[in-house]
Parts: sequence; C-alpha cells; structure tokens
Amino acid sequence: MDAFTTLSAVAVPIALANVDTDQIIPARFLGKPRAQQIGALFHDLRFDPNGQPRTDFVLNLPGYRSAQIIVADRNFACGSSRENAVTVMVDNGFRAFIAPSFGDIFFNNCYQNGVLPIRVAPARADALRAMLSASPGARISVDLAAQTVTGPDGQSDRFEIDPFRKDCLLRGLDDISLTLTYVQDIERFEARRRQEQDWI
Amino acid sequence: MSTSGTLFEKIWQRHVVVDRGDGYQLMYIDRHLMHDGSAAAFATLRQRSLPLRRPDLALATPDHFVSTATRDLHKMEHREMRLALEQMRTNTTGAGVRLFFLDDERQGIAHVVSPEQGLTQPGFTLVCGDSHTATHGALGALAFGIGTSEVAHVMATQCLWQRKPAAMRVSVDGRCGAGVSAKDLVLAIIARIGAAGGVGYVIEYAGSAIRALSIEGRLTVCNMSIEAGARAGMVAPDDVTFDYLYGRPLAPSNAAWDRALAYWKSLPSEPDAQFAKEVSLDAASLVPMLTWGTSPEDAVPISACVPDPSSAPDAAKRDAMRLSLDYMGLTPGTPMEDIAVDRVFIGSCTNSRIEDLRSAAAVINGRKALVPSWVVPGSGLVKRQAEAEGLDRLFREAGFEWREPGCSMCVGMNGDTGLPGQRIASTSNRNFMGRQGRGARTHLLSPAMAAAAAVTGRFIDVRKLSAQGA
Repeated sequence: MDAFTTLSAVAVPIALANVDTDQIIPARFLGKPRAQQIGALFHDLRFDPNGQPRTDFVLNLPGYRSAQIIVADRNFACGSSRENAVTVMVDNGFRAFIAPSFGDIFFNNCYQNGVLPIRVAPARADALRAMLSASPGARISVDLAAQTVTGPDGQSDRFEIDPFRKDCLLRGLDDISLTLTYVQDIERFEARRRQEQDWI
Repeated sequence: MSTSGTLFEKIWQRHVVVDRGDGYQLMYIDRHLMHDGSAAAFATLRQRSLPLRRPDLALATPDHFVSTATRDLHKMEHREMRLALEQMRTNTTGAGVRLFFLDDERQGIAHVVSPEQGLTQPGFTLVCGDSHTATHGALGALAFGIGTSEVAHVMATQCLWQRKPAAMRVSVDGRCGAGVSAKDLVLAIIARIGAAGGVGYVIEYAGSAIRALSIEGRLTVCNMSIEAGARAGMVAPDDVTFDYLYGRPLAPSNAAWDRALAYWKSLPSEPDAQFAKEVSLDAASLVPMLTWGTSPEDAVPISACVPDPSSAPDAAKRDAMRLSLDYMGLTPGTPMEDIAVDRVFIGSCTNSRIEDLRSAAAVINGRKALVPSWVVPGSGLVKRQAEAEGLDRLFREAGFEWREPGCSMCVGMNGDTGLPGQRIASTSNRNFMGRQGRGARTHLLSPAMAAAAAVTGRFIDVRKLSAQGA
C-alpha cells in the first residue's frame, strides 16, 4: 500500500448529500476487472445515455481535470460495501476526501487503499465547496502528520484521525501484516474460546 | 456516556483479542459469510501465499451474480457472471469452505441462508462483504458489512481491527395496526432519523412492537440499519429467537444447546444500560409506507402526496429534492396513490422470506397482476416451502413470474434490471439512482404493498384492498 504523508492538489466540490456508492460506480461495472473499471467513476452522472459527457457535471469541467481531492457533503459514499468505490477513485487519481460525514464502510475501505477520508465541520465543508466552485482549479493542502487541512483561503483546520489509522497511512502499512504479528494473541483467544464456549 | 450493560457492549467485550489502548481493538470474528463477489479477497490471499485461517467458520453461497431464470450454470447468459460463479466454486472448495452452490437447495441470498441454517446465533460476531450483513443482528448477533480488503483480512486472521461504535436505542412501543409490517416500521425509522442518522452507531431495536415481531420481521428491520447509516442493528435474543433457532442444522444441539442458551439469556441489555442516543416511535401511529425519492430516508405514508421542494428547510435539501423528483419523474403535490407503476419486484435480503411471500400472496385474492411482476424467493428452501404451501401457484395464476433464488433486481448485478424510466414497486432496500438499472425508478415498500401495486397497477394502501376483497 502507498504511504500517505502530504498532498497539495486541485480539489473538486460535489454539493450533494448522501452520494451513494452506486453513483460512484454502478453495479453493472463490478464484474469487470479493476483495469476496466476506470471509466466507470460516477458513470451515470458523468455521461448521458448516449455516452456523451454531461457538461453540467462537475468532474467534466476543465478546471477540475487534475483534481485529487473531493470536497463532498453529508454522508458521502453511503450504501453498498463495494470497495470498488474507493479503488475506482484511486485509479482516477483521487487520494483524499473531505466531508462532514461518510458512509461507514467506505470510510474504512479508504484506509485499506492508502486514501485519506477527512471529517470537517459542515460549515467548513460548505465554505470549501463554495471557494472551489468560485475558482475551479483551486488547491487544498493536507498534512497528515500535522493533521491539518488548508483551504484555498489559507485557513488551516485540524482534523481528527485515529492514531492507529494515521500510523498505518504514514507508513503505508496494511492491516494483514500488522495483525499477523499478533498471531499468538489470536491463538490464545481461540483456545480460551474452545474451553468456555465450545458451541461456537 | 457509558454504554456498559448494553447487548452490543457485552458482545463487543467478549471478542476483544488485542486492545492497543488507542481506540482500536482487534476483534475476533465468529462467522464469515462469503458470496460470489469474494474473488478479489481470495486473490489477495494467493498473492501473499496466505491460507484461510478458519475455513470451518465460513459459509459460502452465490447470490449477487446468479441468474434467477435457471439453476444451470451453462445456461446463464452472461459470461462474466458464469466466470464469477465458477471462480467462487474453485476458490471456496479449494480453501475448504462449506459451499451451497447452484445445485444445492440450500443456496440463496447469504442473509437469508445463514439464519435459516442456524449459522447466525446470538452473541456472535459475523461479517460478510456486503453492507446488508446487519440483517443478522435480528438474532442478537453483532453483524456488519465490510469491504473486500477486510474480507481478505478476516480470511487470513479471523479478526478485524475496529474502533468501537457508539450505541443507539430505537424503541418502538405499542401495537402496529393491521396491514403495517416490519418494512413499514423500518422505513418510518429511517425517515425519522435520516440516511445518516445512524453513522457511527450500532442500533439496538427495542420496545414492545419489536418484541412482537417474528424473527423474519426482525431480520427485515435490522437489514435496513445500513440505510440509516448504522454499522449494525440488533434485537436482544428472547424466546422468539430461541424457538426459531432450535433444531436448525447449524445451531447447537443437546448439551451444547443448554450451554449456549444459558449464555444467550445473559446477553440482553441491562435495565439501567445507557445509550449514547435514544429515539422512540409509537407503533400505533404507523401506517403503510413507501419512498418517493432516491434515498431510503425519502419515505412517506401511502396517504401522503409527493413533497414540494419549496417546503425544504434549506437550499441544499431543496436542490437534492428537485434532483430526486426529476430523476423519479414526479410532480410535487401528486397523491402517492395516483402514481402508476410499470413493474413489481418482490424479493431481496430485506423481504424474500416465507412470511414475506405469504403476506404478498394473501393480497392477490383472485386478482391479476396488471404489470410485469416478479417473485424471487430468498433461498431454495424458502422456494420449496412456498411451493409446498401452494404460493407459487397463487402467484403464477395471478400472472406473477416465479423465479429462482438470488439478489436479482435489488442490485441488478446478474442482469435483472429495469429499463430507463420504468417505475418499479420494489420490496428491496435501496432506491438509489440507477440501483435497479440506469434510469429505473425505484419505490421501496412492503411485500403486501408491492402485491397491491401489482394487482392495481398503481400504489394503493393495501388496507383498502383487504377491506374491498376481490
């Protein structure tokens, strides 16, 4: 997994609450190999039924072409557990998401793919989106070690992240390697379990 | 606020393997359900040359990609889906995981199959690479959906790193009126707390109306916890739970049953247990519900009209409502009962169990379906039971299609999808844009309300239909 330390990049505003993972990648693309899913990102919002890009969808606006950050609204990426919603973002260059709240499973899936989900106050998310809409191409900077996110206005806000997740992201560590260092604890747990609750 | 003494807390404490002291804990996972979307996780294990730690704690059944037209793999029309199913068979049998494949009558939707087999038990932690895993909380388990990386992690370690969510209690007291089902109840709960109302929480459903539900009703309620954003939903185990589990193939038996039962009885929340958030609803005030928009929180009573965005509390909500109404092709102020439907889907992990099929069949009462209508049983055993009761005949004679078990039109990954602009009355759990096919318009409702829509060609309060007779 790639480490995440700092990021300064163009950010794109998505001003919709409850964007679900079916919007991020529609189910009909899920059976395809990851390499063929890249064009599926926000497919039905980005393209009309004839496959032409919708000029009114924010990701199609030229100013946001190189965006690596999304600033979203409440409950971003809710719904289905499909991890493809994260991987298709990664494959399209996105490395950080900023929103007042996230779908729980998407939030966890981000950490498994070296991507940073950042919770900010709803008013700050509104303000950031307004700035990005007013100046397409404006940048946001994220410093994971310092736990700060800095908007185009220069205002820097501290965000919260679990020390465990922070450490794994900074070092690019994935969970499986880490957990395997605890295998003796797992074995002890299983042995106790067999004694105390044999029906399990 | 302390949450000690809750059902959730008791199960959580019992499963901590490692506590890092920084908020993250390594949790042991008692059961792992696998479906036909687990290929990527198996590939991760292969890449790292890791074995499945506990194949004996897993159960696999294909559901997302399976055709509902045939059980014959070779007759399934989509190559991608055939490959996914073949890969699943190779992966699971190669790893020593118990598999209910297409030729096994026990195959079905994972969240229907596991309770049916008695694999889901009180006090368990249970995961699956599917967001509707919360379903299993109906039996007093702590069950939640995970992504494919976490699926691989569970395969390799039988554990997951978790930060403990907070506990919320949703109490529903009083008695639901006739014609009001578990689906109406959970839609009303989601409408009340919102699609993000449960983010960061595990919900315990409590109160006399919840206690009065059968296990199947509780499965429907817990199933949609994720639609309120919650990590999981649970109901404390009681005699209804124990009666349901007794004698099921994978439930404990004999002396082990007695030991398990003693433990299960210790699980319900203590009377003085504290919850970080409390919500209560009056069951007597509930009526049949359905959704008008593109989020499950957009649920209204059947007697309501399509809401007007100009009444929205703020600009963001107003814009979101406009977008939803535009997608749904609805005009504000239209009575929900004046909306014609094009298609009906009765199925999904929310509403495909025998009681769901019985309640839908009871509405038919000699009438005919006026629009294409599908019934997709949740498992081969549900299908057999329904056929033994003659429900398949009732549905078929009324013009419904009687299909093979699978997720089908709930997610459309097997090719069962609606057409652009089609309005679908659906007993599933998500009315997201494009969920049932690009441009398809989904209205969520109960099996009885779906059957009522099928035989009248529009949305109608099922209680009126029952009163009229045929």
